Amino acid sequence: FFSLFFLVSFCSIAVSHSFFICSQQKELTSKKRDEFEDILEERRLSSDLRYAMKCYTPVIYKGLSPCKPNAIKSAVLQSEQVQYVIKQLAKEMGESPDIIQEEAMEILDEMGHSMQLGAVRFFAFTLSKIFKQLFQRVCVNEEGMQRLQHAIQEHPVVLLPSHRSYVDFLMLSYLLYTYDLALPVIAAGIDFLGMKIVGELLRRAGAFFMRRSFGGNRLYWAVFSEYVKTMLRSGYAPIEFFLEGTRSRTAKTLTPKFGLLSIVMEPFLKREVFDTYLVPISISYERILEESLYAYELLGVPKPKESTSGLLKARRILSDNFGTIHIYVGQPVSLRTLASGRINRCPYNLVPRHLPQKPSEDIQEFVSDVAYKMELLQIENMVLSPWVLVAAILLQNLPAMDFELLIEKTLWLKGLTQTFGGFIEWPDNLCARKAVLSGLTLHANIARLVDGHVVLNDKGLEDGAVGEIVFKRALAILMCATYRNQLLNVFVRPSLVAVALQMTRSFRKEEVYSCFSFLRDVFSDEFIFFPGISLKDFEEGCFLLTKCDAIQTSQQEIYPTDKGSVIVSFLSAMFKPFVEGYQLIFRYLSKETKEAFTEKQLIPGVRNFVFQLLEKGNTQCYEALSSDMQKNALAALVQLGAVKKKKIVETLLWDPATKFLNSLAGCFCLPLPFGFQSFSQGFDKQREQSCLFLIEGLLCVLE
Amino acid sequence: FYKASCLSSFRMQELLKWNGWGYNDSKFIFNKKGQAEFTGKRYRLGGMVLPTFKEWIEKTFGASLEHKTTSRASLNVNDVPPSIVNEEFLQDLRATKISYSQDAEDRVFRAHGHCLHEIFVLREGMFKRIPDIVVWPVCHEDVVKIVELACKHNLCIIPFGGGTSVSSALECPEEEKRTIVSLDTSQMNRILWIDEKNLTACVEAGIVGQDLEKQLAESGFCTGHEPDSMEFSSLGGWVATRASGMKKNIYGNIEDLVIHIKMVTPRGIVEKNCQVPRMSTGPDIHHFIMGSEGTLGVVTEVTIKIRPVPEYQKYGSVVFPNFERGVACLREVAKQRCAPASIRLVDNAQFQFGHALKPQVASIFTSFLDGLKKFYITKFKGFDPNILCVATLLFEGDREKVLQHEKQVYDIATKFGGLAAGEDNGQRGYMLTFVIAYIRDLGLDYYVIGESFETSVPWDRVLDLCRNVKERIVRECKEKGVQFAPLSTCRVTQTYDAGACVYFYFAFNYRGISDPIHVYEQIERAAREEILANGGSLSHHHGVGKLRKRWMKESISDVGLGMLRSVKEYVDPNNIFGNKNLL
Repeated sequence: FFSLFFLVSFCSIAVSHSFFICSQQKELTSKKRDEFEDILEERRLSSDLRYAMKCYTPVIYKGLSPCKPNAIKSAVLQSEQVQYVIKQLAKEMGESPDIIQEEAMEILDEMGHSMQLGAVRFFAFTLSKIFKQLFQRVCVNEEGMQRLQHAIQEHPVVLLPSHRSYVDFLMLSYLLYTYDLALPVIAAGIDFLGMKIVGELLRRAGAFFMRRSFGGNRLYWAVFSEYVKTMLRSGYAPIEFFLEGTRSRTAKTLTPKFGLLSIVMEPFLKREVFDTYLVPISISYERILEESLYAYELLGVPKPKESTSGLLKARRILSDNFGTIHIYVGQPVSLRTLASGRINRCPYNLVPRHLPQKPSEDIQEFVSDVAYKMELLQIENMVLSPWVLVAAILLQNLPAMDFELLIEKTLWLKGLTQTFGGFIEWPDNLCARKAVLSGLTLHANIARLVDGHVVLNDKGLEDGAVGEIVFKRALAILMCATYRNQLLNVFVRPSLVAVALQMTRSFRKEEVYSCFSFLRDVFSDEFIFFPGISLKDFEEGCFLLTKCDAIQTSQQEIYPTDKGSVIVSFLSAMFKPFVEGYQLIFRYLSKETKEAFTEKQLIPGVRNFVFQLLEKGNTQCYEALSSDMQKNALAALVQLGAVKKKKIVETLLWDPATKFLNSLAGCFCLPLPFGFQSFSQGFDKQREQSCLFLIEGLLCVLE
Repeated sequence: FYKASCLSSFRMQELLKWNGWGYNDSKFIFNKKGQAEFTGKRYRLGGMVLPTFKEWIEKTFGASLEHKTTSRASLNVNDVPPSIVNEEFLQDLRATKISYSQDAEDRVFRAHGHCLHEIFVLREGMFKRIPDIVVWPVCHEDVVKIVELACKHNLCIIPFGGGTSVSSALECPEEEKRTIVSLDTSQMNRILWIDEKNLTACVEAGIVGQDLEKQLAESGFCTGHEPDSMEFSSLGGWVATRASGMKKNIYGNIEDLVIHIKMVTPRGIVEKNCQVPRMSTGPDIHHFIMGSEGTLGVVTEVTIKIRPVPEYQKYGSVVFPNFERGVACLREVAKQRCAPASIRLVDNAQFQFGHALKPQVASIFTSFLDGLKKFYITKFKGFDPNILCVATLLFEGDREKVLQHEKQVYDIATKFGGLAAGEDNGQRGYMLTFVIAYIRDLGLDYYVIGESFETSVPWDRVLDLCRNVKERIVRECKEKGVQFAPLSTCRVTQTYDAGACVYFYFAFNYRGISDPIHVYEQIERAAREEILANGGSLSHHHGVGKLRKRWMKESISDVGLGMLRSVKEYVDPNNIFGNKNLL
């Protein structure tokens, strides 16, 4: 994808398509939300060159004393923090400090950005060209930009965008340039440096590079964290990184990584700065640039390594249409406010602040809470396109669905999503038919309209072998799921209540809650839950279901209303792929593996296992093929104590506790709910009892 | 800065304001021309016109001379809680021949220190609980008798020295049902002896700082202990609060000065068997007494180190381009252990504050020189007048050594970009210390309330702490609906090997706020939280009193608190010294 920049610098076509679905400015149904501006509109009207060469005097931090990127590097190298570690290492290894200092310098040179206005202008120009080609509109909430502008002046700012595509950070820098704000420095993976020229270009545009894993390397850790903190403390530039750590291949928010977050929180916790603002940013794509790459990757076809030549192949992307991007810049969150009354300040008062110190448990917990809170804010503000609704319905009605019914269902789901707090982009005067049609047009590679029916676009079905059919189908389903997935975190609380209602077959609140809480634990890596508030999540789920009249609750009981069974069924069907997928994975682990295994062995193992079942028609759960789901399930098992992690000579081994796994697999047998089919061949009373028993047992174990 | 007057007169309160700081005759006023003026002849500033002060007040606080509040003119005796003293005790007391009073004014005068809320109550309200009776012992034996009587009749004693507490230490606990006896030590004010061979003096604890220095000076000595309140505060009070003096770099803080303490407790008299420079006999019992804030007993006699009066004194000042450089310089001075008697670094806001107190200049020549100086610093040297900060210095000792010392300090300052800025600026800086408390009374007349507070902090956190606390105050004011940005300023006021003492002034215009004292207290509390979060101490020298009690546990740990409690329980099991400070 990255060679796109080069391509575009050759082609100076200033295309100004007007792909507008509706020329309405106001398009968000939810009243309290900010309004969006299309930043490409201006680009289509005026010269990109002039735009790239505009007078750029960004708003900066009020306490900033300007300095060059190299001055930061030498400040880092001379800092007490880094010097301390250098001396420490020199003593331990019996080396001269100079040699280690040299090493530190090399690390800094590898990592450091060298932001230059020239490179920024180059990007401003080329990205204008590219974005106009690729996207119909890039919509931004201007109020968010104003809040950000204010925040940048007041305190050091950390930008925390969601990560769905490589476009994310390019787009964000582009946006800040457009609004005359200080450009962020961006934590990027070291793999980008593999791309010779692009890597250097990114470096000049403000990217700094971190190795993927450096847990054991104290020097690297010291240099890296000090580098980030120095930039933060001086207010040099907003710091940007992805809480999710990597692009989510499924468009579902990934569980947060804590390393970088704890680094940027430290200056405040040590009171080296008065406050730090964390700004959650939600970037949503009507159509994700990498959608098919992701699907391949999830199915085990390896991701192509970033290379400049690989980019020429990506050229055809330029002629494609990727719809609208929505960027919602959230309310800056004051770290000071979050920390007030929570953090015991003693550990930092009794040790010199430059000594490397493992954060106390309190602080680790705090960092984790902040990370989850930020991701939940990202989710809350994520704009959902009508196509997301269509995809969710389509996946429950494979292989084909009546077009009129689809429209009707889409409208219905729109209402439900809004009840649950989803942020849908749906212009006031846009009729459902148009919305669905335009979604189908944009996503013609996934589904199409044939004879009044919408069918999944798994071409080549007829002429391939069985395996190939399964693969093609899986590809289409996973791509489609990428869009449905955007709904899941909005739906997860009420839906898990619905699933629990069906699993327990009981109306007793306590039992339903036990089951809910169990599911929440099992899916803790799959969906984003704020740690430790199971009951609150349950209550929220119940509240939302009550709000849409799906259930009624009393002090002791929960029961679906007559009208509500449709909703309850729909919600559990929405999460069925996960319940079934996990069950398959658990089954594989308990039946097919006897000894410890590595992740590299597990993933192909499960994949083959599921693949065979699919070929035989013994399951319809294509999503179990997704390596993402497999990894999440494994992580959940580790947390539940069903699988143990061992480290033997740099390899991670997982050791299954078979008995426990068996019971887990059992737990996951869904009773046949009202309307939909389950792969399990039936459900008898006895099994239901044992299932309940197991859940309770598990809960005891967990407590 | 002050002309000593004997404060030991029996009715010292007649010389002092009943509802504000200091002497009746000394105060800031706006004269007929609307210019600020300081009245009286006690201070160097007395009778001088301060032409820029009014503008500074208006600019800094958004205050206006048209909006005035006035204190009630005198105490309304009818509001004062009645004195409830049992007759048997009175009979016993009369038998001792110790003077006492149940007069309302006497009792109210000893019911408070000088916290903002206390002064505010005096001006506009009335304390819920005040002492029932005031006694004036004249010697150690009198105190022994009073404490015995208090034990016999189960009364509560609150020792009272100079009444300059700023920690609510003198406030009577509202829920105290027993008779509260205010034990005023002011009549125990004699120097008992001077030992020139060992350079010590034994002094009764009620003596006030300025009297002590004046009387010692007659013999050619001084203690060198000069807390900002020294005009009014007493030796016993210094011991009870762990006081610190401006010139501690030469003379030491109270704990360095004290050789021997005699204290009367309900359990008996506590003292040592000898007067030696140091002893290894378990934990030093002096350290239970110093900082006990009147919870254990009454300090009656103190043997204190004395020094010959220094031959020569010289003020000085240095301008730094910014606060960071100034702190770095002070740190270096401390590192080289060459701090002069006093060295203080005021931030820009406080520099401007000091500037506003510049009296009208007498001649065109001086004003021309001033202009030239300003031109040199701001234009030629490029210092930003809104960023620069000033260090004030006080050297003391042999003339020759002072000059040598001065050079050493200025050389260090030069390395940190400092420029010598003359004696006059230095002197004015120290003057501010003594008149600032008077300024608060002026502010109160114009809807401006303020207070100072202090802390100590390791060197590496000084800058962060100063910045964060000032910012916190500004932010809290905004959140609490204060309409004008507050004055939030600090100075690094003492240096040590391992850290510094930082002093904050904080004031704001409260027009438009219905409960200014409550708002003020919330902000002060937030500022203290901020200090603690930044690795600062609960107090460097003001003490804990009742104002900062809530943070004691986190300051010294549960066990530490338990240690103090067990001492209290042994020494005073019936809580005769029931002022409820500290613990």
